[in-house]
Amino acid sequence: MRLASPAALKKRGIMGMNMRNGHYIGRYNNRKLYPLVDDKLKTKEIALKAGITVPDLIAVLSSNYELKRLEKNLEGHPGFAVKPAKGSGGKGILVITRREGELFFKPSGESLTIKDMRRHCSNIMAGLYSLGGKPDTVIVESLIQPDNVFEDYSYEGVPDIRVIIFKGFPVMAMMRLSTAESDGKANLHQGAVGVGLDIATGRALRAVQHGVPVELHPDTKVPLAQLEVPQWRTLLELASGCYEMTGLGYLGADMVLDRKRGPLLLELNARPGLAIQVANGRGLTEKLRKIEDLGEHSMSVSEKIDFCSRL
Amino acid sequence: MKKRDTSKIVFYILVILLFAAGILSLLYRHHVDHQPWLPGETATVWNLEGKVEFDADQVSPQTIRLTLPSDQDGYKVLDQSTASSGYGLAYIIGTKGQPIAEWTKREASGRQTLYYKVRVAAVPDFKAEKEDSIPSVPRLTWNSSEAAAASAIHNSVYSISSNRESYVRELAAIFRKPAGADQNLQLLRSYYSDDALLFTRLVNQAEIPAHRVNGLFLEDARRNQSLVKFLKVYLEDGSTQYFDLSSFREGLPDNFIIWNDHSANSLDVFGGKNSRINFSMIRQRTQVADIFRPENKEMSLLSFSIYELPLAEQSIFRTMLLIPLGVLVVVILRILVGVRTSGTFMPVLLAMAFMETSLITGLLGFLLVVGTGLVIRSYLSRLNLLLVARISAVIITVICIITIFTVTSYKIGLTEGLKITYFPIIILSWTIERMSILWEEEGAKEVVIQGGSSLLVATLVFLVITNTVIRYLVFNFLGLQLIIMAVTLVLGSYTGYRLSELRRFSPLVEDDNL
Repeated sequence: MRLASPAALKKRGIMGMNMRNGHYIGRYNNRKLYPLVDDKLKTKEIALKAGITVPDLIAVLSSNYELKRLEKNLEGHPGFAVKPAKGSGGKGILVITRREGELFFKPSGESLTIKDMRRHCSNIMAGLYSLGGKPDTVIVESLIQPDNVFEDYSYEGVPDIRVIIFKGFPVMAMMRLSTAESDGKANLHQGAVGVGLDIATGRALRAVQHGVPVELHPDTKVPLAQLEVPQWRTLLELASGCYEMTGLGYLGADMVLDRKRGPLLLELNARPGLAIQVANGRGLTEKLRKIEDLGEHSMSVSEKIDFCSRL
Repeated sequence: MKKRDTSKIVFYILVILLFAAGILSLLYRHHVDHQPWLPGETATVWNLEGKVEFDADQVSPQTIRLTLPSDQDGYKVLDQSTASSGYGLAYIIGTKGQPIAEWTKREASGRQTLYYKVRVAAVPDFKAEKEDSIPSVPRLTWNSSEAAAASAIHNSVYSISSNRESYVRELAAIFRKPAGADQNLQLLRSYYSDDALLFTRLVNQAEIPAHRVNGLFLEDARRNQSLVKFLKVYLEDGSTQYFDLSSFREGLPDNFIIWNDHSANSLDVFGGKNSRINFSMIRQRTQVADIFRPENKEMSLLSFSIYELPLAEQSIFRTMLLIPLGVLVVVILRILVGVRTSGTFMPVLLAMAFMETSLITGLLGFLLVVGTGLVIRSYLSRLNLLLVARISAVIITVICIITIFTVTSYKIGLTEGLKITYFPIIILSWTIERMSILWEEEGAKEVVIQGGSSLLVATLVFLVITNTVIRYLVFNFLGLQLIIMAVTLVLGSYTGYRLSELRRFSPLVEDDNL
């Protein structure tokens, strides 16, 4: 077991959990605004108003009574994602990629009956996945068709791009690729691969799994260094717009790139994790400090992106 | 930016004020109240509980007078309390100067039970100040055949003794002889069935002032003990000597406390019959310093320590005052070390339960209950239940598990197992529920990590809050709470790295060297 010295970490500008909570989240994120991002339904609402593209909504279920309509609601949708509106950390998200007769199939090939689906929805409503166990709402969204560029980069799940937005500046970004180990989920601590992305170009900087640098995707064996996100500028513009939209100063925006619709906002996170630093091989604080030092300014979104590209 | 700075300054001023107030209060306690910094010697404290029972007389009101113990050589009375619902209670001084608890009630029916509790510290070199007037010797009348035997005994004892003490000692020697050894005593015994009464009369016959007193043999965890009679003899020089009225030995045994040192009755019940009193007792340890604290003091907040509260409130307060310390340990482990536990403050509650169960029993009990609970919960999860119902089912399961363990361990004679009932059941149920979800979502490894670190934190908290020195300080220096508060606030504004992050981010620094 190796320990880094605090001084060395500080020199590299690595942000710790206490720093994130005390200095950035506590200072720049008004608690009053949290419901906007903690409830995916509300996020969707304000995103549509702000002109930020989001995945289509198929159904919203908020009572066990409405579960009876579930089958009807799902008619004509071969693939979809069932999510708790107030879930966190990807908990309770069920992705169905195809249907065969009565059965629903997860990306892993595991099959579920309509009864299993109802049970999952009922768990979500009972608050099993929500913060503090509060009663929750089920959201059914249309399935994202990931851009062909990413075809071999991800195992089962849809790769998403996490961008840290500080006061509207896209500070750092990474792509999260699910693996067999992470069971199609994009959470790094569950074994997904994190690819640090260059803010200026959208090209891969380096990739890590379990905090250790990797060259190839562990399942598909594609070299990760060649990864380049198309429509990068648009994606960053959308992500940066989330600051104006929510008023939250320190945000994690989770974006996906849909084959037809381009960059979409999947969800927002008012307490984004620190793993992005490991994926980028860089600390966050140095950049955040430079932005804090700007003081009062009237930069446009585009100017902010340019500013970050030079950092 | 300006506003931020001033609020920071206000924050630091607050912390400094709290800290200073805490320190000042510590210094005040130490220098003004003479509270030592560290716990000193401990002494034995006896918790004695007297239980008075009688059948109430339905026509007349009830008055029950129980003579109470007072300070005496070797024993100091700390505090007393009673439990007797529906009775009026007064502490009064009797005609012989004895302290009395008087219970009164206008109407009662059936068997009545009254409780009196007293805490007495055993302090070997303690000398009680007391005024004791020498009782007058009662006029005795004997019938003619008794008188002859009594004077024969008196003459033989008188001739071989030199003073009151030796007289009584020699008289006692006759009583100790096997039955029938002394003709005169044999004769007297045929009139007096009670040796104690006969002995007292014979002592009084010799113009020696004496009266009967009674007391208790102290032995840990005894129940249904009765008062034992002694004869208190007043000697020529004003001192007194005691003689056991059943074994007829001289002197008070070591583990004996005098309950009623006066010639008055120990228990008087008016308006009731078939009265009896018996005692139960428990031994405890306490700080010698706590026994001799001044009593007169007004309850000023500065010099307050929990020992000035009534006994019942003390025990609640004790637990309450330890919680901030437990919480501080959790805060340190969270913010400075970065330990992930299942439920932030669950370990503190667990440590509280460990205090009742002892550490090893507690840990084993926790593993047993949570382990079994997880197995049952995994079945429940297949039943497709709603969350609230499922948690309720887990709570009932936990209670069943605890019941089974308790009954089983009782059957096989393990009293330790009984203490498992002290576990916070709702908290345990949530722990099982949360761990079970964690198992499904993140795998068994995370369950072991979080469960293990929860137990580790609970153990640490337990070790802190059971440490004698720490407990002494917390109970005697309430100002410590302010200091704990200040430290918590400072920790709350710490934005540096956690110990766990030094490891987590160590790959980022290694790159530097490449």
